[in-house]
Amino acid sequence: MNAPFFKYEYFGTDVSLIIAFVIGIAFGFALERGGFGRATILAAQFYFTNMRVLKVMFTAIVTAMLGLFFLSVIGFLDLSLIYLTPTNVMPNLVGGLVAGVGFVIGGYCPGTSIVAVATGKIDALVYVIGMLFGIFVFGEMFPSIENFFNSTAMGSVTLPQFFNIPYGVVVFLVVVMAIGAFAAAEWGERKMANKSLEKKI
Amino acid sequence: MNGLTHKLSHIFEHGDHAHIHVKEKPFSNPYFVGVGLGLVLLAAFVIMGRGLGASGALSTTVAVSVNKIAPEHAAKNSFYTEYLGDENSNPFKDWLVFQIIGVLFGGFISGILSHRVKKGIEKGPRISTKMRLVYAFIGGGLLGWGAKLARGCMSGQALAGGAVLNLGSWIFMMMVFAGGYAAAYFLRRQWI
Repeated sequence: MNAPFFKYEYFGTDVSLIIAFVIGIAFGFALERGGFGRATILAAQFYFTNMRVLKVMFTAIVTAMLGLFFLSVIGFLDLSLIYLTPTNVMPNLVGGLVAGVGFVIGGYCPGTSIVAVATGKIDALVYVIGMLFGIFVFGEMFPSIENFFNSTAMGSVTLPQFFNIPYGVVVFLVVVMAIGAFAAAEWGERKMANKSLEKKI
Repeated sequence: MNGLTHKLSHIFEHGDHAHIHVKEKPFSNPYFVGVGLGLVLLAAFVIMGRGLGASGALSTTVAVSVNKIAPEHAAKNSFYTEYLGDENSNPFKDWLVFQIIGVLFGGFISGILSHRVKKGIEKGPRISTKMRLVYAFIGGGLLGWGAKLARGCMSGQALAGGAVLNLGSWIFMMMVFAGGYAAAYFLRRQWI
């Protein structure tokens, strides 16, 4: 058996939709368990009081990254068949900045807002309506920003390819970076907790 | 006597509390959740050859709505047509659409199991409900717009693209944190 299964046509499109639904359930379940259905917890990330977003996100990235790495090393998974979103440096950069600002203003990101709606948060519902509006505005603007959208195109390129460093080395560096981020997050949370304690006294 | 009534009322109060106020369970350990989320993401890669996503389904919704109201207008715009697909297939018969419906179910199931499904508005102590909702709309709008420009959101770009070490995804992720921390100071009244 070879992975990705869908690319080797072990099943068809209709089955893939059922799989999408099941994976979505697991995704939503994990997000809710992590506290990601709460805008106050998500926003706390940016005030260093609760670093759950960073911890969950980097742990998830590292877990999936290591899984992909080892499965490809043993020859079970063909990495070249995995979809890579093409890189467009400037649109990625500007889009990321705008999304980051929107994250703090709105308190959710797209996936977490869906979970928050599922658990009854009215502000999340308003947020989703805002997102639909933002996408509509983007759609209406698209003809005039299409050039920018397609600018600085680099195609499908990974960090190992771009920096010309072996895949395994980049994987190792990301693990080291994540551990450093976790240590900083734990330290930051403790520091902020002490600070709020001092304020109370 | 007085002591006894006090004791009794205390018992009743306590009972009432337990009855009406089902205490919600604390959130799980973030590292544990992270491993779980990572395995879900890995499963998506192994089974489907693609990662998770959240904003794609919303784009399909917008594209279909625009197409319903003004089909000629939508047909001229390559952003919309990409989400509409060809005429033979229903645009909602899409991987990301089914996945996001699953997210809705999964979030609800987890919320029910941990007694966290409750109608309410998430906000800091210093902001009015009305303003919170205005901010929610503006923030959602910016995120929707930014995610489309960046070809994905926190799920598709940061999480899935991050795990496959995609260059553009890492640029996006770093910029999300940069934008978030840069703007956080000006929005502190809303959250803390």
